[in-house]
Amino acid sequence: MPDDAIPRRSGASVVTPRKATRRPPFPFTAIVGQEEMKRALLIAAVDPSVGGVLAFGDRGTGKSTTVRALAALLPQMSVVQGCPYNCAPDFTAGLCPACTQGDEAHVTSVPVPVIDLPLGATEDRVLGALDIERALAEGVKAFEPGLLARANRGFLYIDEVNLLEDHLVDVLLDVAASGENVVEREGISIRHPARFVLVGSGNPEEGELRPQLLDRFGLSVEVRTPEDVATRIEVVKRRDAFERDPAGFIASWAKDEAKLRRQIVSARNRLARTSVPDAALDRAARLCIALGTDGLRGELTLIRAARALAAFEGETSVTDQHLRVVAPSALRHRLRRNPLDETASTTRIERALAEVFGG
Amino acid sequence: MAELSSPSPSADAATAACLFALDPVGCSVLLRARHGPARDAWFALLRRLWPKDRPLRRVPVGIPDSRLLGGLDLAATLAAGRAVAERGVLAECDGGAIILTMAERLDPGTAARIAHAIDEGEVLVARDGLTQRLPARFGVLALDEGLADDELVPRALADRLAIHLTLDDALLPTQMDEAGLDAARALLPRLTTDERAIAALVSAALALGIDTLRAPLHALTVARAAAALAGRGALAEDDIALAARLVLAPRATCLPAPPESAANEDAEHSPQTPPQEDPATETDARPLDNVVLEAAKAAIPPDLLADLQTGLGMRRHARSVGRLGAEQKGRRRGRPSGTRPGALRPGERLALVETIRVAAPWQRFRRAEHSVRTTTPRVIVRREDIRLMRFKAPTERTAIFVVDASGSTALARLAEAKGAVELLLSDCYVRRDTVALIAFRGSAAEVILPPTNALARARRALACLPGGGGTPLASALDLVGKLADQVARRGRTPIAVLLTDGRANVARDGTPGRPKAEEDALAAARQLRAQRLSAILIDTAPRPQPTAQRLATEMGARYLALPYADAERLSRAVRAGMEMQP
Repeated sequence: MPDDAIPRRSGASVVTPRKATRRPPFPFTAIVGQEEMKRALLIAAVDPSVGGVLAFGDRGTGKSTTVRALAALLPQMSVVQGCPYNCAPDFTAGLCPACTQGDEAHVTSVPVPVIDLPLGATEDRVLGALDIERALAEGVKAFEPGLLARANRGFLYIDEVNLLEDHLVDVLLDVAASGENVVEREGISIRHPARFVLVGSGNPEEGELRPQLLDRFGLSVEVRTPEDVATRIEVVKRRDAFERDPAGFIASWAKDEAKLRRQIVSARNRLARTSVPDAALDRAARLCIALGTDGLRGELTLIRAARALAAFEGETSVTDQHLRVVAPSALRHRLRRNPLDETASTTRIERALAEVFGG
Repeated sequence: MAELSSPSPSADAATAACLFALDPVGCSVLLRARHGPARDAWFALLRRLWPKDRPLRRVPVGIPDSRLLGGLDLAATLAAGRAVAERGVLAECDGGAIILTMAERLDPGTAARIAHAIDEGEVLVARDGLTQRLPARFGVLALDEGLADDELVPRALADRLAIHLTLDDALLPTQMDEAGLDAARALLPRLTTDERAIAALVSAALALGIDTLRAPLHALTVARAAAALAGRGALAEDDIALAARLVLAPRATCLPAPPESAANEDAEHSPQTPPQEDPATETDARPLDNVVLEAAKAAIPPDLLADLQTGLGMRRHARSVGRLGAEQKGRRRGRPSGTRPGALRPGERLALVETIRVAAPWQRFRRAEHSVRTTTPRVIVRREDIRLMRFKAPTERTAIFVVDASGSTALARLAEAKGAVELLLSDCYVRRDTVALIAFRGSAAEVILPPTNALARARRALACLPGGGGTPLASALDLVGKLADQVARRGRTPIAVLLTDGRANVARDGTPGRPKAEEDALAAARQLRAQRLSAILIDTAPRPQPTAQRLATEMGARYLALPYADAERLSRAVRAGMEMQP
């Protein structure tokens, strides 16, 4: 089995550095169907400011697989070598020894972090805390960065997000909104950048998501099991092939992965030059009014997502088609709660789309 | 060799034990059985077959994260004076299997942690100052002893267990031995994929209404293990049929419709064709799909079959909902709110920093006392230093009282309703619930009192509530939904207590007219149900009305008739309704 693609950044107290036997992720391009979810993740990869992706839906549809596949897909980013906060070389937070070296800092390329927030993680591990060991052994009050630091400039993934404990949810909301993590505890006072795309997945059966958390996700996608036999057979076939020979399977998809990676890179470069015509802004506003979404967040996300999609598709300006495609993901979770069930909100959006865009 | 072609349930059960011993990761088992001879026999068989060098450990149902995932080994940490990690059960069982007893009582959080480890083949620990990633490829044997309808193994876990087995009769002996298993284990990696098998299993799963794509994948793995067990180098029809019986049949949510395209084939088979007719005659003539589907259909457990035939199959899906709330009361969940001294028991969480902080000032003295011994730990922590995390569970509720002050309730009944509300208010006071009051009469409903814990105000507002006019029930219910949503956004749990006779005569838009008004009211009630608002409807009509009962049903509310309820019973019923809530 090929060694793990993600070098493990050692937290100060990785106690048992065992051999990394981590299963390599399933290739993103080999995932059958789930177009809406894949599109949402790619949009977030092109423009992280759309603000997070929530995937809710049936079991066994590959929600986690898709998110974890991102890690191997995304183009690498350059960081100051040894910086626990993943600082970019041209914009360091200057918190760690590696960053404060100034010009001597070594620059290296690493994969974009896709950090799993495990259920049962304790707050000190998420936020970072006093490095007890050093405090005891050396009498030094040192800060040990947590998962939020590792997720900086990358993705933070929470599977079964609806089972996350409330106090962690509060912390995440706060950090995700401000882009920085402020730790004031155990005699430590530190603030460090923590800009990440929050990705959550879950099953509505396990419990509803708190409305505050729901609002914070930029895009929300519904994941369903494919219903036609041919697609299902293909899913099972590929999964089976992967399980039996991960390395060979990944190799056979390497070309597609590379192609998609190039597409993401050029979309990012094109993003700033992708224009949003007034007509599109007008349509977006009318759509939001027709749906009665709360606040401006929906409108903003809708436009940003449409622009990222346009850039991804190699176009120079946003068209109605882009708005139409992203509208359900951007607005579905922002409708005033009036649902008889979840499908109703999608239907409402479709109706409003037909009204605003005609036909 | 195990008799694979026999469709007898007890032989299948024995085969399942062989499969689990052969490939615990691929053929994990959910075993539904009570304590009894059948289960004992099954276990005896498994223990006989289980390779001696692989761990097979029981995991108790209330296992704390520190033992499940690993964390700080407190004793060793304190002894050594530095952080010492401890592996959890999941990592310790790498290469073997865990036995989850009373899996139906497993909380969804624990199930999700185990499910995550199953998916990733490793445990990710981020606890107590430690971050580690440990290999954990293990099989799972979950014992479901749940008999009541509301006790179910969490679906996140059940979905990841390949074989779902119900044991209720004696096991047939099996001739499988360890040597045979070793041969099978050597054969297993050499088995190739069979596209026909994939197609057949996927279509059978679809026909049985199984949504999850994990099911056909599990079935494929099980079929492969079965082929290895039988000493075959390729999948045979029997293996696939066995997998369909063990994996697909127990997950069925509907009975397959007889395929019209192959009508000539299936015309003579009624949906309940006994399995005995299947083998020999049709192996060549019938496509694999049908064989697999027939095998699965024949193996659907009798109670499930009865449910499916009466259209109750979907009920099984709905059941897992609703247990989450109760768990949140536990001392392990919620917002941390400080620490407290106490003994470290399973389920408690150590507040490490606080503990060390308490211990720190005493170190010099303790060291002096300690010096007679050979080694001196860096930090000497005594039992009295231990501090535990305290959690505030989100048990706060807001009771929304909705009072029908319309003419139809009549002034006399309104007084009684007010009396009932007063009584409930004092209950709320005892529980420190907050209350809100909505009244409706004439053409609209209004919030008389927004959520407050000033109960005296509620009482005053209630006392000066005038009566008379129409019954705008739909608007009232809409308002309840809105208010409940606001309450939920503040992290509180809303519960609605409605006092009405249910006879709406003013529609949502304020126009009078009974049919439209009632239709609107029922629609509004359905929305409350969709919102999963818990509600209690107290029928204030002099004689209980079917309209109010119907309204309660649509709303998913408990129904209580006031005329039959004295103050005491009313209060008890409402309290019971509220206790059910998180």
